[in-house]
Amino acid sequence: MAVKVRIPTPLRKLTEGKGEVEGTGKTIGDLLEDLDGKFPGIRERLCDESGNLRRFVNIYVNEEDIRFRQGKETILSDGDEISIVPAIAGG
Amino acid sequence: MLKIPSDIVDEMIAHARVDFPRECCGILAGKDDGISHIYQMTNTDRSRVSYLMDPKEQIKVFKEIRTLGLELKAIYHSHPNHPAYPSTTDVELAYYPEAVYLIISINNSRETKIRGFRILDEEITEAELSFPPHHG
Ligand SMILES: [Zn+2]
Repeated sequence: MAVKVRIPTPLRKLTEGKGEVEGTGKTIGDLLEDLDGKFPGIRERLCDESGNLRRFVNIYVNEEDIRFRQGKETILSDGDEISIVPAIAGG
Repeated sequence: MLKIPSDIVDEMIAHARVDFPRECCGILAGKDDGISHIYQMTNTDRSRVSYLMDPKEQIKVFKEIRTLGLELKAIYHSHPNHPAYPSTTDVELAYYPEAVYLIISINNSRETKIRGFRILDEEITEAELSFPPHHG
């Protein structure tokens, strides 16, 4: 499945400055692998060592938080719009 | 120089006072160096020492900002009984280098002080602020 992925500013160093990139995958997990092939290091910024989504990273498929779907197993369809949105947090 | 109209400054301060002694948080949006919109957000941490914006509200506000043709200009939060300077956690979690991080220090007498910072690659630079009077 070919999808569009919106990249937040701090990760654009990895995507040659692009705010939107194309990716493919059957699931979010596949998509992250595909993106990591094109933009090495991006998956590590989004997932921890055990592969779980980092606490301060939110991923949306057509505006729906993947945590409320099947997480990294969430199935993608052609033309889906994926947004990577860092949390706004601090102390 | 980030220009924040005085009525928006008043609303941020009022927000910090209502949520005291817990931290409040919110978003300012506008165009160029001016601010036109304020969004008070829910601090889901409900804490005196941290904040985490409700992600659902956050994405809704981001969408509205895009629809209105505006940009995210500033992210504000309060420091109850702490100085208006970024904490270690603020620096670690500064994922929005395009925004000015505004910190409202507020004490037990409800006195406030606002300062603004850019946080880029863990480096803190003070951002100049001005508070022009609100017209109509
Ligand atoms: Zn803080």
